[in-house]
Amino acid sequence: MNRPGAKWALRQRWLHPGAWWLWALGLAAAASRTTNPFLLLLIIGTSGYVVAARRPATAWGASFGAFLRVGAFVIALRLGFAVLIGLPIGTHLLFTLPEVGLPSWAQGIRLGGPVTAEQVLLAAADGLRLATMFACLGAANSLASPSRLLKALPTALYEAGVAVVVALTFAPQLVTDVSRIRTARRLRGRSTSGVRGFAGAAIPVLTGALDRSILLAAAMDSRGFGRTAEVSVRSRRVTSGLILLGLVGIGVGVGAGLDAGTPPGLALPLALVGTATAGLGLRLGARRGLRSRYRPDPWTTPEWLTVASGFVGPIVLLFTATDVLNLSVTPLTLPALALSPVVGLLIAIAPAFFAPAPPDQIRRAARDLVDVRVPATVEPVAA
Amino acid sequence: MIRFENVTITYADALEPVLQNVDLHVPEGELCLVIGRTGSGKSTLLQAVNGLVPHFTGGTLLGKVSIAGRDTKTHPPRELADVVGVVPQDPMSGFVTDNVEDELAYGMECLGLKPDVMRRRVEETLDLLGLADLRRRPLRTLSGGERQRVAIGSVLTMHPRVLVLDEPTSALDPGAAEEVLSVLHRLVHDLGLTVLLAEHRLERVVQYADRIVIVPGDGRALVTGNPAEIMRHAPVAPPIVELGRLAGWTPLPLTIRDARRAATEMRSDLAGRRPPLRLVPHATPESSVTESVGPPETVATLTGVVVTYGRIVALAGVDLAAARGEVVALMGRNGAGKSTLLAALVGLVPARTGQVRVLGADPTTLAGRRLVHRIGLVPQDPTDLLYANTVAAECEAADVDAGLATGATAALLAEMAADIDPQSHPRDLSEGQRLALALAVVLVGEPPLLLLDEPTRGLDYAAKERLVQILTRLAGTGHAIVLATHDVELVAQVATRVVVLAEGEVVADGPAEDVIVSSPLFAPQIAKVLAPEKWLTVSQVARSVGDAG
Repeated sequence: MNRPGAKWALRQRWLHPGAWWLWALGLAAAASRTTNPFLLLLIIGTSGYVVAARRPATAWGASFGAFLRVGAFVIALRLGFAVLIGLPIGTHLLFTLPEVGLPSWAQGIRLGGPVTAEQVLLAAADGLRLATMFACLGAANSLASPSRLLKALPTALYEAGVAVVVALTFAPQLVTDVSRIRTARRLRGRSTSGVRGFAGAAIPVLTGALDRSILLAAAMDSRGFGRTAEVSVRSRRVTSGLILLGLVGIGVGVGAGLDAGTPPGLALPLALVGTATAGLGLRLGARRGLRSRYRPDPWTTPEWLTVASGFVGPIVLLFTATDVLNLSVTPLTLPALALSPVVGLLIAIAPAFFAPAPPDQIRRAARDLVDVRVPATVEPVAA
Repeated sequence: MIRFENVTITYADALEPVLQNVDLHVPEGELCLVIGRTGSGKSTLLQAVNGLVPHFTGGTLLGKVSIAGRDTKTHPPRELADVVGVVPQDPMSGFVTDNVEDELAYGMECLGLKPDVMRRRVEETLDLLGLADLRRRPLRTLSGGERQRVAIGSVLTMHPRVLVLDEPTSALDPGAAEEVLSVLHRLVHDLGLTVLLAEHRLERVVQYADRIVIVPGDGRALVTGNPAEIMRHAPVAPPIVELGRLAGWTPLPLTIRDARRAATEMRSDLAGRRPPLRLVPHATPESSVTESVGPPETVATLTGVVVTYGRIVALAGVDLAAARGEVVALMGRNGAGKSTLLAALVGLVPARTGQVRVLGADPTTLAGRRLVHRIGLVPQDPTDLLYANTVAAECEAADVDAGLATGATAALLAEMAADIDPQSHPRDLSEGQRLALALAVVLVGEPPLLLLDEPTRGLDYAAKERLVQILTRLAGTGHAIVLATHDVELVAQVATRVVVLAEGEVVADGPAEDVIVSSPLFAPQIAKVLAPEKWLTVSQVARSVGDAG
């Protein structure tokens, strides 16, 4: 068996998906606390760099770009709304849109009118904050696909995880079913478009999906799914109680942490106690399942370091002055910068250098199937 | 190993039991083949082995089923997973994960085996089934034979002592079927596994069986015996057995090798004789077009057709023509472009370059009744064509689609399959009946071009025989028929021309006799036995012998 030390020496393996998601969550939490565009751009850049260096060659690995595009769309939307219905702040008039008079019941809403630079900048910063959080989510998606994350779920949550995995594999199947049945409708000389075409295809698609889920359930049953150890009712209730309490604790703690007005002394302990409680509940719940796990991703030093690097930033931001965190537009100046938040956020780039490379990254250069660019930071190593 | 004692199974809403007073004992290490019509209770018998019947399906089971000493009454399927491995008919329907390696490990994870045991077994199974190169591949990207092998592997890792398979080769091309069957053969002979296997394609499996169980259906008693005995009188038999019966060979040959050795005399008898025509159209004289003078009219032509899906080239410059009275069989492995060619002929996929013409029109421009009266396509799963809740409603809808008077489809259906209750739901019909209904729905518009995709999938011998008659008659009345199929025996019976596709190109095109006799994979059994003479079916031999005697 491989000793943990041997795993650390292994330069090529999957980093535990949970580590990537926690790292990304840390960055997202940092993003949520600030509207300073410099810091936000720094977060996007950091996550982008790590993705480029450590993403696998799967279809999910390419999803970062899609999340960036969603982010750009969010900024555009936010700007559009600000220009159309926002209230002008400050004195730097950019242009004036023709104002539309609204009936009396819509008082308080303004359509068009003067647009100021302050108003646009604030909206852009706000949109950028959302876009940054999307980028963090995209980074987690690229580095560790949701299905790999589900595989790493604690045993107590396993059944919920299976349901999600099955749903994920059924979705593309439904799409092919729809096209197959629309095809068949055309063969009978019927319309394939419009409401009637859709309704005609819906019933065969649904019955097909139902048939398939019954077959799948039978197959899973035959393969031993749902074998459980005997556990008393009381222990089951204690388990659920602990998990619920823990989740509430995490929720309140995280909520307090994200609200820049709450003192930092409250948020962190609450979240930590919640995590501990939920963890205890999950561990108790694991007794019920007999399942073992095939080739689980180990959690060793690189995982701890990755999570830590992602959380330095948000913790530093907890103690950063508000004039650095928040973009101020009165007076209209460049946002202030301080050394500590920049360094704190930059630390999150470290996994690009120390995290083990995904095993398929080297092979993908040889594959002509997918058009992928090997990032310059990765030295091709002979497998 | 598997023991049924006086078992009677009745489903919840059924009046009659599916299986009645079944006694069956399959000893360890046997490959036991289960045959019978569709709807005879074969699948029920197989599902009862691991307790899916009645634990999962409902219904009542009287008597006792036990596997390796475990009673299915007290052990639900999941508690039997370590003794019985079940491979479903469509392997894709039973996959839980998305790649090969995880799928192999899934069952073991459920059993809670230790990680090092799991790792070792996965590696062993990858080697045993020749899957090592596929270990990281997503399951969706595998071919049919590979999927079937992964499905077998995914239950083998649990080290079961019994393997239950429901029609494992029915959807596979001859090469892939060979692959799967040789794996099974090896498991039985090297590992001493007990295998219970249901299959319609007897010509593929009968030589591997140690024992045959006939499920006659209608609650009659099972017939069990060794293959040579059973095959002497079985109502259904592969062509090689029919030939053996015709010639009176004892012992009855079950393999090509045995039959060839027995057929030395027959070959010298038949040498120099001209094989009679395979197709004897049952056409009525007035509708017969084939006897008209001059070459028959060409219905469909493809010239230099290229079809691509994204970067994948499905058809790479195909030239083909089909004339009235012709039955063109498209053969080739899964993914060779057969279905795409049919889709191009009906205008479902546009040709990137080249030209498709059906009766002078580009099929992509046809729709509605103009399409229905020109081209009919029966897809792989005929259910796709059926939407109504009853057979009668389906027939009326087809009349409307084709713009005909009510009753036309129903009359046509009665001609093809008289035993269908018009009030039953299309999903409740047997595979053969459903195919007949789909055919009736398509044929009512009298399209001169009829396309069929894998029509014999899941059909039993009786239904296949009826399909052969229908196709022969349609060809006799001047239809051009193009069918994509893996079923070499069907091709031997009905095809006038065979086109072999590989990687989107036509690699062989010619009269059926010339193309399939020389092919090691596509040759029907009779051709293999009687080569180098070009005999394809038992009935040809029978008629020739009859004429001579």
